[in-house]
Amino acid sequence: MGVNVTDSDKTQEEEQQDLPKVVLFRPPPAFSLIGEESFASNKFHFLKTYDSQLPLDQFLSTHSHSIKAILSSGGAPVNADILQLLPEVGVVVTTSAGLNQIDIPECRRRGIKIANSGNVYSADVADLAVGLLIDVLRKVSASDRYVRQGLWAAKGNYPLGSKLSGKRAGIVGLGNIGYEVAKRLEAFGCFVSYNSRKKKPYVSYPFYHDVCELAANCDALIICCGLSDETRHMINKQVLSALGKEGVIVNIGRGAIIDEKEMVRCLMQGEIAGAGLDVFENEPNVPQEFFAMDNVVLSPHRAVFTPESLKDLSQLVVGNLEAFLSNKPLLTEYVDSE
Amino acid sequence: MESIGVLMTCPPPDPYLVEQLEKRFTLFKFHSIPDKAHFLNSNKASIRAVVGNASAGADAQLIHQLPNLEIVSSFSVGLDKIDLAKCRERGIRVTNTPDVLTDDVADLAIGLMLAVLRRLCQSDRYVRSVNSCMEGRLVSSSLAVPPFLQIDYYFLQVCVFVLLNIDEVITTLGYISKVNPDCSASLGTLGLRNGAKFAFSKSSWLNFTGKSVGIIGLGRIGLAIAKRAEAFSCPISYHTRTEKSDVKYKYYPSVVELAANCQILVVACALTEETRHIINREVINALGPKGVLINIGRGPHVDEPELVSALVEGRLGGAGLDVFQDEPNVPEELFGLENVVLLPHVGSGTMETRKEMADLVVGNLEAHFLNKPLLTPVL
Repeated sequence: MGVNVTDSDKTQEEEQQDLPKVVLFRPPPAFSLIGEESFASNKFHFLKTYDSQLPLDQFLSTHSHSIKAILSSGGAPVNADILQLLPEVGVVVTTSAGLNQIDIPECRRRGIKIANSGNVYSADVADLAVGLLIDVLRKVSASDRYVRQGLWAAKGNYPLGSKLSGKRAGIVGLGNIGYEVAKRLEAFGCFVSYNSRKKKPYVSYPFYHDVCELAANCDALIICCGLSDETRHMINKQVLSALGKEGVIVNIGRGAIIDEKEMVRCLMQGEIAGAGLDVFENEPNVPQEFFAMDNVVLSPHRAVFTPESLKDLSQLVVGNLEAFLSNKPLLTEYVDSE
Repeated sequence: MESIGVLMTCPPPDPYLVEQLEKRFTLFKFHSIPDKAHFLNSNKASIRAVVGNASAGADAQLIHQLPNLEIVSSFSVGLDKIDLAKCRERGIRVTNTPDVLTDDVADLAIGLMLAVLRRLCQSDRYVRSVNSCMEGRLVSSSLAVPPFLQIDYYFLQVCVFVLLNIDEVITTLGYISKVNPDCSASLGTLGLRNGAKFAFSKSSWLNFTGKSVGIIGLGRIGLAIAKRAEAFSCPISYHTRTEKSDVKYKYYPSVVELAANCQILVVACALTEETRHIINREVINALGPKGVLINIGRGPHVDEPELVSALVEGRLGGAGLDVFQDEPNVPEELFGLENVVLLPHVGSGTMETRKEMADLVVGNLEAHFLNKPLLTPVL
């Protein structure tokens, strides 16, 4: 064929030449965390653009006839430029909880289906949201640091925190994750209300059409929605001001949902009381101002990284790919009629 | 009532409490008096009440030295620092602060479980250290231990892991040589280029939802913990002196059996002669290398040296501790461990709850001296 691929690619291709290909643009975190073998199947073969010396467009053009699916893990965009080089692709399957790296309208235009991570992450992400909220209010990480520095003996008691039970929790985005957060916080005696694109018919929590109004009526704002054009910088100066001096914010969605500069300013001026953040606008960079703050809890974007979630994810990814390739309905097809 | 002498035997736990007591009574702060014996001799006649907490209360010796003591009002729900038998003998009333702190303590118990299992404190330390490191400089990943100690511990861990898992160097480290801004953080590694990638050692990361929770003591606090853990789909089991008939959770007649049958063991019972060192070597071994101990009771519930060696040796998976044998001293061997969370006895440590507790202490004292029914009597 005269195509310059690596030796290992050649060997694998010789063995699996007839198998449909699933292309990856970057290594999914799950591959290194639980092993690529968890995602193996005798129905398809992974083609990794990042293992090749070829420029991306050349690699894709070379293999385009056999690439039937994309396995997307966040970060690398799945947009018109990419899709145009892959006319045989019929499905994009994600390992990520979010879909913001995918040009969804472009996929629709091309009749490309999208399979998301369904519910595999919901519990673990919800757990992290609750963990971050308790940590911020009760100063868990800050006082753990205090103890490890020997300051309890040297300086005495740590300043008091704030009670979680009885707080009003405002959930932004009541999808799978938001719903799991709500369920958990109710058990702590929190009063849950929410904002979503549309009111949910079977949910009894008070609904606020406007996120600003939600912020004004809660003590803790928990961001559980996806990132889209509508939600970018949705948490802005106005919303943070409505949340107020005693209010805290937790973000397990995407960094860009919050106007980060504004949030930093609010925290520095004491205009909000604290924050628990798993995501940031410009990862891996985190605003330097946070490091002097004890009322901020920081997590390196790992809400989904538990062995249990990742194992469920691997089964779901393989299931979705195999279903697509055998013309069966996807297990977790994303339908954006929400 | 200003002439009534109230002796605060513990270090003043809360400015609001002190203020409210000083408004109504003559408050003596025992902790800061240099010559306690002399003081007691001179003032014993006027002292009619004692206010204590988890760190100090009224033992037999003190009670003996206060002939006019009528009431002990504890700024805690635990009564382990009060000689109840002696109080009973002398007809001294005793009150505590139940109910008002139940939610806070239960919230914190779950907070500790999440922090230990999901490595929240460690993650926070990591983000702070990676982002404040300069290129090429060796950085400690936390302020936890002196750098030389941490480097030794983690270097050893790295060597072991590299030897065992060349392809998957998954270790928590303090070594960072460069930060690669190109990598997306959804990698969870914050894009470290050269040097070791920070991820999480396979043996150390666990989820919380669905983990089995075993509770020692199913009183107000134990039940509140169970209710919260159920929302995370955790199967609940418990041990108490006698099985509770009105409870749907699984009962185990011994702590060892409970420990062998759960992944997260929580101490939520009162400290008494019987429950001292209820967490001993046998229980710790039964809980095992994947098990996590949460203590929101009292330090002496746990055989602390045993606990420390189990954690250091990896015989116990992790621990979330709000209380210690000899507060505020915490075993320094724990400072370098990634699988523990160490809190400075903050179970009821919120502004809201401390105010309610203080109001109860003062309310009980006022009720007593006005000959009204006590609000929360124990004796």
